[in-house]
Amino acid sequence: MDVQATGITATGTDPDTGYDSFQLGDFTFRRDEYFAHIEWPKGNHIIEIDRFLRAMVRDIGWGFFYGWIFFDDVFGTTNHYGTVDVFAGSYDQHYKAQGIDHLQTFTAEVVSQAFETIARNWINEGYDPLNAPLETGSPLGSKTTERTDELVRGFRPATRMLGLEGDAPVRSDETGHSINRAFADMEFDTPDIACEPGFEGQLHAINLFDHIARADVTWNPSFTAITGASICCVTSEEHMLPVIHGNDRNEWFIQLTDEIHWNIADKNTGAPRGRIVMKSGDVCAMPADIRHQGFSPKRSMLMVMENGTPGLEKRYESGELKPYPVDFG
Amino acid sequence: MAYKTHIGSLDAYNKGVIELRDDLRKYAFSNIFEVAGKSQPFERVAVARNLEYVAEVIRIEGESPWYAAPHDEFAIVMDGEATFNFIKLADEQVPGHDGGAAQLGAEPNGPRMGRVTARRGHQVLLPKGSAYQLTSNAPAVALVQTAVGPLTIERWADICTMAGDA
Repeated sequence: MDVQATGITATGTDPDTGYDSFQLGDFTFRRDEYFAHIEWPKGNHIIEIDRFLRAMVRDIGWGFFYGWIFFDDVFGTTNHYGTVDVFAGSYDQHYKAQGIDHLQTFTAEVVSQAFETIARNWINEGYDPLNAPLETGSPLGSKTTERTDELVRGFRPATRMLGLEGDAPVRSDETGHSINRAFADMEFDTPDIACEPGFEGQLHAINLFDHIARADVTWNPSFTAITGASICCVTSEEHMLPVIHGNDRNEWFIQLTDEIHWNIADKNTGAPRGRIVMKSGDVCAMPADIRHQGFSPKRSMLMVMENGTPGLEKRYESGELKPYPVDFG
Repeated sequence: MAYKTHIGSLDAYNKGVIELRDDLRKYAFSNIFEVAGKSQPFERVAVARNLEYVAEVIRIEGESPWYAAPHDEFAIVMDGEATFNFIKLADEQVPGHDGGAAQLGAEPNGPRMGRVTARRGHQVLLPKGSAYQLTSNAPAVALVQTAVGPLTIERWADICTMAGDA
C-alpha cells in the first residue's frame, strides 16, 4: 500500500468568496457560497457545504471513527488506525463500473491536519457544525471572520467511568453545560451514595441522562464507561447524522429516549436494505456489512456499545468473524 | 417550542419497527422493557453481545443473591428505583472465572462498603473487587454492561423481532 505523507497545500484564494482552495494528494477542494467541490484525476463531485463541514469536523473529532465515514454516497474516509483512505466513488457501483472512482491512502496525521486546515478556513464565526441546525448560524455565503475557538469539543473519553476522580468530568452548570431545551421537561436528580467509613470515594454513580441532556454537541458519542474493550458511549442526537457510517465491526445501538429513524444500506454498494425505527428501550445491532444513517426528529438520547479490541477490523475483513453479532442457535 | 421527551418503562413502551430486505436475526432487534417484562427477577438476559462482552437486562424485584465479577461492571437504571449494596472482597474472594457476573453462595464475609440507590437514568459503577446485591420494593429495570458470564442468559429467538413479526 502506497501511503502518502505529503500534507495539504493551499492553492489559492477565490477573489469573490475569500475562501482558500486546497490540494491533498490527487484531491483538490474548493468551496463557494453553497457547496464544497472535490476533484480528482478522473472525476469531480459537489456536496452541500453544511453537510460537508458537519461531516468533516466530526471525522476529525472521532479520529476517523470505526471503518467508513461517508460524507455522502460518493466521498469519504476509511480508518485503518494509523493510515486513512480518502476515497471518491470507491463504494458506489456506478463510479466503479465507469472507472472514475479514486482512492488514496495517507497517514492519519496528514488527513487530520488537512481536514482541520480546510475546516478552519471554511468555517466562519457564528456557525458551529457540531450544533443542531436550530442552534447555530448558517455556513452559507462568502468568507467573513474565521472562528478562533476549538473546532472540535466533547470528545474527551472516560478511561474507566465518567466523574471518577481523575477521569473525564460529568457535564454540569459548573462546566458550562446547561440542560438542552429539548430535555427541559425532564426531571433530574442525583443517585444516593452512602459509603461506610473507610470506603469514601470507592462507590460511584452519576445521572447519565443529566449528562447527555447537557451535551452541547450532536451525533458525537463519547466514552462513559469501559469494561475491558467494551465501550459504552452516549450521545445526543438531533436532526440527521451528517455522515453515513459503514462499520468495520459490529456495534449496538440502545435508544434511551425518544426515537431515531435509521436508513440501512449495503456497505460496499450503497444499495438500500430498508429502515429501522428505534424507540425508547429498543436495542439493535448494526452489522459489520452495512452502512447506516440516522434521523432524529426530536433531540434524543442514544447509547452505543462498541468493541475497541485492537485489530478487530482485520478479523472481520478476513472473514474470521461473521459480519453479525449473534447466533440464534 | 415546548418539547415532550418520551421514555419507555415497564408499564408503557412502544417498540419500534424493523423493515429490511435482510435476515432480521443479524440485527437482533429487541426492547429492554419487553425483555424485563417477560423475565424472572434477577435473570440476566443478554440484549447486546460484542464477542465476549454483553449488555444484560435485569428485572430487579425483591432481593437478589450476591454477585461478583473479575472486572468492573456498570448498571444503568432504566425504570424504577433500585438499591445496590456492596461488600469489599478480599483478594482470595475475587472470582477467578474469565468474565461476567458470578453468583456467590451467600453473603460474603467482608466489610460493608455502603450502598447506592439509583433511579431512572442513573449509571452505577459495580467495581471490581466488590460483591454486590440488588434490591427493590417494586419492579425496576437495569441494563448492565459486562462480559459474558456464567449467569448470562441468551434467548435471542425469544426476545428479538423475527421475520414476520415486523
